[in-house]
Amino acid sequence: MTYIAKPKFHHPGLKKNELGYTHRDYEGKISTLCAGCGHDSITASIIEACYELSIEPHRVAKISGIGCSSKTPDYFLGNSHGFNSVHGRMPSVLTGANLANRDLIYLGVSGDGDSASIGFGQFAHSIRRGVNMTYIVENNGVYGLTKGQFSATADRGSKSKKGVTNTDNAIDLVAIALQLGATFVARSFSGDKSQLVPLIAAAIGHKGASFIDVISPCIAFNNHAGSTKSFDYVREHNDAVNRLDVLVGRDPIAVDYAPGTVQVVEQHDGSKIALRKIDADYDPHDRLGAQTFLAKHAAKGQIVTGLLYVDPDAEDLHEHLNTIETPLNTLEADTLCPGSAVLDKINASLR
Amino acid sequence: MSDKKPISSVNDFVVRFANVNGSGSASANEMFARAILRHGVPVSPRNIFPSNIQGLPTWYEVRVTEDGHLGARGGVDMMVAMNPQTWDKDVAGIEPGGYLFYDSTKPMPSTKFRDDITVIGVPLTAITNSTYTDPRQRQLFKNIIYLGALSALLDMDPKLIEQLIGEQYKSKEKLLSSNVHALHLGRDWALQNLKCPIGLRVKKSDKVGDRIFIEGNSAAALGAVYGGATVCAWYPITPSSSVAEAFTAHCQKYRHDPETGKAKYAIVQGEDELASIGIVIGASWNGARAFTATSGPGISLMTEFIGLSYFAEIPAVIMNIQRAGPSTGMPTRTQQCDIIACAYASHGDTKHVLLFPEDPAEAFEFAAAAFDLAERLQTTIFLMLDLDIGMNHRLCRPLKWDDARQYDRGKIMTAEMLEEGRDFGRYLDVDGDGIPYRTYPGTHPTKGSYFTRGTSRDRYARYSEEGTVYADNMQRLVRKFETAQDLVPRPLQANAERPTKYGVIYFGSTSPAMDEAIGLLETRGHQLDRLRIRAFPFHSSVASFLAEHDFVYVVEQNRDSQLRQLIVNENGIDPVRLVPIVHYDGSPITARYIAKAIGDHQDHLKVTPLRKAVS
Repeated sequence: MTYIAKPKFHHPGLKKNELGYTHRDYEGKISTLCAGCGHDSITASIIEACYELSIEPHRVAKISGIGCSSKTPDYFLGNSHGFNSVHGRMPSVLTGANLANRDLIYLGVSGDGDSASIGFGQFAHSIRRGVNMTYIVENNGVYGLTKGQFSATADRGSKSKKGVTNTDNAIDLVAIALQLGATFVARSFSGDKSQLVPLIAAAIGHKGASFIDVISPCIAFNNHAGSTKSFDYVREHNDAVNRLDVLVGRDPIAVDYAPGTVQVVEQHDGSKIALRKIDADYDPHDRLGAQTFLAKHAAKGQIVTGLLYVDPDAEDLHEHLNTIETPLNTLEADTLCPGSAVLDKINASLR
Repeated sequence: MSDKKPISSVNDFVVRFANVNGSGSASANEMFARAILRHGVPVSPRNIFPSNIQGLPTWYEVRVTEDGHLGARGGVDMMVAMNPQTWDKDVAGIEPGGYLFYDSTKPMPSTKFRDDITVIGVPLTAITNSTYTDPRQRQLFKNIIYLGALSALLDMDPKLIEQLIGEQYKSKEKLLSSNVHALHLGRDWALQNLKCPIGLRVKKSDKVGDRIFIEGNSAAALGAVYGGATVCAWYPITPSSSVAEAFTAHCQKYRHDPETGKAKYAIVQGEDELASIGIVIGASWNGARAFTATSGPGISLMTEFIGLSYFAEIPAVIMNIQRAGPSTGMPTRTQQCDIIACAYASHGDTKHVLLFPEDPAEAFEFAAAAFDLAERLQTTIFLMLDLDIGMNHRLCRPLKWDDARQYDRGKIMTAEMLEEGRDFGRYLDVDGDGIPYRTYPGTHPTKGSYFTRGTSRDRYARYSEEGTVYADNMQRLVRKFETAQDLVPRPLQANAERPTKYGVIYFGSTSPAMDEAIGLLETRGHQLDRLRIRAFPFHSSVASFLAEHDFVYVVEQNRDSQLRQLIVNENGIDPVRLVPIVHYDGSPITARYIAKAIGDHQDHLKVTPLRKAVS
């Protein structure tokens, strides 16, 4: 959130998408995060993905909790409704919003403090319910707004800026999401926009609970030697299992990756994810395999990134609840109220 | 041999059943109450149960009341003592001259009885064992057998009970005939071996009229259906769980699209109370009518979100079925003890709307109205029930609905209004009532979007920590709360036959006991004007009532006289003029208790200087 509105003017020659929108139409206010914050890179990737998908910005509801990451929805999709709820409780608010109107796109933005500590339960339960959402954790392993305390995703043995060693085990949100039945699970790095943009685009196209854990170094409090969430550390230990193209019936969002085997996965909305395999053994349709792969690489100190698991036939919460296609928030008394004649019968049955 | 004349009363007595939880007695006991209703005689039953699952004591009390007094009376005229564990306490609780009904299969020492009561033994176990071989059948039918014996002792019409059994097992012929058989086993044994009827009798009457018999929680859930709730998120907690369960049942019956079979509702059992209220707030923010049902501990957990609802101005409906606190307190006992916790829930300066229904009929009406109020006022509305109304069947007027009624969706700025160029500021008070317009997410491509947050912002929802901006917003919230005074149900006043300088204020489930207490007080020569408060914020008539009386009793079911505190706080009245009458042992307040407390105080006033008497 910011005091400063972004100027409206822009170059008339800016490229437009299918809807005639430019990048500027997907931007929000000026970020007040620290210069160089990984979260701003994620914001840029969200803007890029929404632009490429030609999403109507106002059809997105962006919901967050509290913290640095949760401030970011103010910085993208300025014509969307946003909701800064309370610390860690974004998932329940998003779940309710989704139940009220299944026609909007729900983007949940959270942080590691938000999702892995106070909101760990809500994170877990929104995933297991299969809420149709794109849940992005901007993961820097540290509490930035309160100046540098470890979060629950900080690796054991990593050092804080003040030199304190973390003695607690880390929570791996990706591993948890896989275990809980998320039907789209990915990890990326804020500094790898070419990987992150198509991942976000594919997650938005996925019907069901999409989870992306984005390592996003905190430039102020967690980008030093000894941190395992610093830019340098992540670049050195990043092991990408695949690169993505998202095809939406026209140009792919991102192409020109290193050649390899291509596997195309069609999503519920008709979009296609082209997975360009880098690791020949990696199968993103195998949940158990993904869990094992993740654990093996974590033991080696490697950060696995890419699309780790996807179920293209996933169902969402509305399907589980068998709700009508019409958004619930549009229903009025004529549809919802059983009426006085029914009430008379109810009264009669209660005598 | 009794040394006290047996109580003799027609259609005016209390029967209490002492059972073991899980023995299947509940349906037989409820059938007993319903059977008396079918005689045209009002009843007021209450479940009395400790917080346990199975094997521990449970009681069911039926007040038979020709005069229609629906509050608890206190005292037991007849004890159906089916639980050896509680025998001594149960026997001790019988009024002198009362009756003890027990299973006489095994002989008991005379020390286990009392001389001033009539003891009625029926060899229930012997009868069941000689008739049934299956252990479960023996247990279940024993309850029906004692129902049959009671019907003979109390002179009840067996056909009316048979009719009830027929309705209960409409399509289960085998169960129907076996239950009727068990009923007559007990009835015939009593008629052949006992002097029937006893002094307590049920005589056909016409005092029930068209009233219905329903639990408050079920009525509130039905109110949510009629009020247009489409999203329910909840977490199980006694005594509120049956609200969500009844809402589910009602929705499954009335809320499916006839063509597709799909649900026009969404019900989520949250992982906790925090998630439940979060879902409600998210759904309401997005334009659906949503609610949760909980009890005191749940309110504690929800308070952070309730503050968000107040400050970010998001509708929400919370049905709080109060139980005895604090902390876990007594989970299965009733109180009205969350008044302050709900009125000012969350940190900072907050005030919330509370509705206080007196019975299931008002629970239905207020539940439906809560959704209109929540959307009109864009804030949390609390429906303040309690266990006594929520989990007990209560006789009340039939539920009514006006088919012409449309939902009040409050101030919604539509795409058309935005296109017309209407000035949209999410927190802009354009009408002077403190209530701003809101837009639903997705309304318009370029206009009407805003950022919802719990942090301070200006009238156009722009983040701001300017002191004047913050204060401006807080003042508008006060204006909105003042607007609410005229939207919520007004207090109902009833004046004494003669002018009096004394008044009494009460609310919610205290109502039937209070109505009865007035009659008892009149017999002691005390005249009181009555005001039943039905909502917070208080209507101006509350202040008028206080001004018109020298002092006023405030009757409530909590230790600290919480409604009195709220009245003092909100009206700036001298506390000495409000006399607390409190009852908080977890049982429902009785007319006898109220009449004694007020009557004694009134007597005291006659001989003591005012200031000393009320301090």
